[in-house]
Amino acid sequence: MDRELVKKLADVLKNRKLPEEVRIMEVCGTHTAEFFRTGVKDLFPENLILIDGPGCPVCVTPNSYLDLVIEIAKKYNAILATFGDMIKVPSSYSSLAKEKADGMDIRIVYSPLDALRMAEENPDREIIFLSVGFETTAPAEAIIIMEAEKKGLTNFSILSCNKLTPPAVDALLSADEVRIDGFIIPGHVSTITGREPWNFIADKYGKPGVISGFEAHDLITGVLALLDLLEKREAVVTNEYKTAVREKGNPNALKIIDTVFEICPAEWRGLGEIPGSGLRIRDEYSRFDAKKKFPATPPPVKEHAGCRCGDLLRGIITPPECPLFDKVCSPENAVGPCMVSSEGPCSAYYKYWRR
Amino acid sequence: MCLAIPMTITKIDGNYAIAMANGVETQVNFAMMPDIKINDKVLVHAGFIIEKLDEEQAREIEETWAEYYAILEKEEVKPA
Amino acid sequence: MEESKDRAIKKILPGHGSGGKLMNDMISVMIKEILGKDSIQIDDSAVLDIASGKIAFTTDSYTVTPIFFPGGDIGKLAVNGTVNDLAVMGAVPAFLSCSLILEEGFDFESFEKILISMRDAAGEAGVKIVTGDTKVVPNGKGDKIYINTSGIGIFKNEVQRREIKKGDKIIVSGTLGDHGITIMSLRNDLRFSSDLKSDCAPLNGLISEVIAKYPESIKFMRDATRGGLASVLNEITAGKDYSAGITEDDIPVSEEVKGICNLLGLDPLYVANEGKVVIIASPEDADGIVNVMKSNQYGKDSAIIGEIDSLYPGKVYIKTFIGGKRLLPLLIEEQLPRIC
Repeated sequence: MDRELVKKLADVLKNRKLPEEVRIMEVCGTHTAEFFRTGVKDLFPENLILIDGPGCPVCVTPNSYLDLVIEIAKKYNAILATFGDMIKVPSSYSSLAKEKADGMDIRIVYSPLDALRMAEENPDREIIFLSVGFETTAPAEAIIIMEAEKKGLTNFSILSCNKLTPPAVDALLSADEVRIDGFIIPGHVSTITGREPWNFIADKYGKPGVISGFEAHDLITGVLALLDLLEKREAVVTNEYKTAVREKGNPNALKIIDTVFEICPAEWRGLGEIPGSGLRIRDEYSRFDAKKKFPATPPPVKEHAGCRCGDLLRGIITPPECPLFDKVCSPENAVGPCMVSSEGPCSAYYKYWRR
Repeated sequence: MCLAIPMTITKIDGNYAIAMANGVETQVNFAMMPDIKINDKVLVHAGFIIEKLDEEQAREIEETWAEYYAILEKEEVKPA
Repeated sequence: MEESKDRAIKKILPGHGSGGKLMNDMISVMIKEILGKDSIQIDDSAVLDIASGKIAFTTDSYTVTPIFFPGGDIGKLAVNGTVNDLAVMGAVPAFLSCSLILEEGFDFESFEKILISMRDAAGEAGVKIVTGDTKVVPNGKGDKIYINTSGIGIFKNEVQRREIKKGDKIIVSGTLGDHGITIMSLRNDLRFSSDLKSDCAPLNGLISEVIAKYPESIKFMRDATRGGLASVLNEITAGKDYSAGITEDDIPVSEEVKGICNLLGLDPLYVANEGKVVIIASPEDADGIVNVMKSNQYGKDSAIIGEIDSLYPGKVYIKTFIGGKRLLPLLIEEQLPRIC
């Protein structure tokens, strides 16, 4: 979008008068960071409150997942391939960063394709890819399983912790613990799912939602569109990211996900178990399912005392309201994933929020 | 899980394409968008094309927001 | 000095550092041939005659992998890194030591190339390598080659750091993030191709030209290596009653670095440079200083990117193109490529 127009719209947002406090939730962790990074959050009128949602896949990954990952890697001497995002997340007793320092073979990849290439280049080693992510990344992880099958690879598997975002927002709203007036809906998740699966926000809970992209102009127009809907008391879910999001999403991608994965209940940090919010590898592909290929029982799950990431991910408290924030819990000594992940609300607040 | 970048397809060979942005080229998988062509503008996430970008839509959106601004400006100009 | 080609033995074999005669000779012959006869210590230390008074003295070790990259190699990096550390103190770099740790099995051809590039870098920077040492470690105990360089710089005219005040301008000598992103995009799992090069370069020429013309208006200089521009600015403002405010649109970043940073979710302001200096200068001479820098081959993209103010004392912030502001904190950990 033309930069001058973006600056004008930025002024419109800055000078927007809101009769009373408005609380909007941005579901996606990338939105959390981009609102800060682009400076759009700095333009917000005083009484426009932005609440961080559970949309950071690293933050919502429960301790049990990483405990299992570390246990399997130790027991079967496997090479772990993972996105950089997961490296510093604390598990019950350790973290991948600590294990890597102790000699565990953990390699950071930019794409799931790199993990597949690693398996081809190391035929005598077991490669396990940590498959974390929402609808945006799930098709990519399904494709590498289908590619592994086509190539007849026997030393490759994934440890799936993939999650679906609409069920989590639904669970959040039904718990009704925190007042949310409207939603900024993740643009790239919606590129895969389409607009339709988000209708429940309006139909079931009578709240407006706006699908938004991630550039400065997307964030500004997304917020303005949402404020207009709130002002007109219109409970609808609109698509402000039509350049990338179709009504029905990406049918190919959805079919690919459905070929390899099936929907199942999933454990979310802070939200507990949510039915129909996870993806599990179907039986036909079970030889690529590290959970089945490498049975292991990790030590019992231990939560960090005082860690309130769960409340944070439900939008009940903001980072500064967490007793540990910027005291016990800081980037150097992160207690919970919300501080570790660069997309986590606490990490964004710690970096960009001016006390 | 949402870092996806607009890129332009510069080459297609077999089951991989080459996409470019800011003078940087990278190999991308297009299993999710089998019908892409050279010069298509696409969204790339973790080495995969997840959608084709609709340039016409982008222009329309820009026009609507330009009008949105023009209307607002007129309202402000009206005497209180 | 003709570089000899017909090396009978292709690789560095064990038993060198511990006086293994044959290989030891071969290595020192090659080093002396390329870096000059006094770059290998004959007796226990080199003797230098330096006018009395203050000198600048620095040291750094280089362990970059890969050891060859577009725009340079570990040898050029080692020489320029130390030259720049001396130059930003206002000293004229003069003498360098160079000690090498070679891994058994490291091939002579690469070793020779690195020595040649060290010689050329020292030549361009106008410094002499006056002493050195070589040790060989068993295979697997090192990664091909590590280099440590120490350097002595002479203070020609007394240049000390002046008190930074509100209104002072922040200047950078060119595009940010080139070195760090060049190295990162060479990692085998990242399939990015671009004609991006490391910015590894000697800055002593550029800096001396600036000091010669504006001796009184330089408040502070530092080369923005590990941790990038943001770390340097945080070091300057930490604990002070002023802040450093920079403007996003004025910061030079190359298209390729922007592209790869977008793809990997990185911020170029935190990425390492190997040929960029950050200068804090008094406002009235800032434009003049930038013009001097632009006339030097290593400063053609120099720019004023912001100024010292009191908006957020002790902190660094950036004004984005839409007029919003955000803090640029000191990040302790190294950025990792991410997708969320």
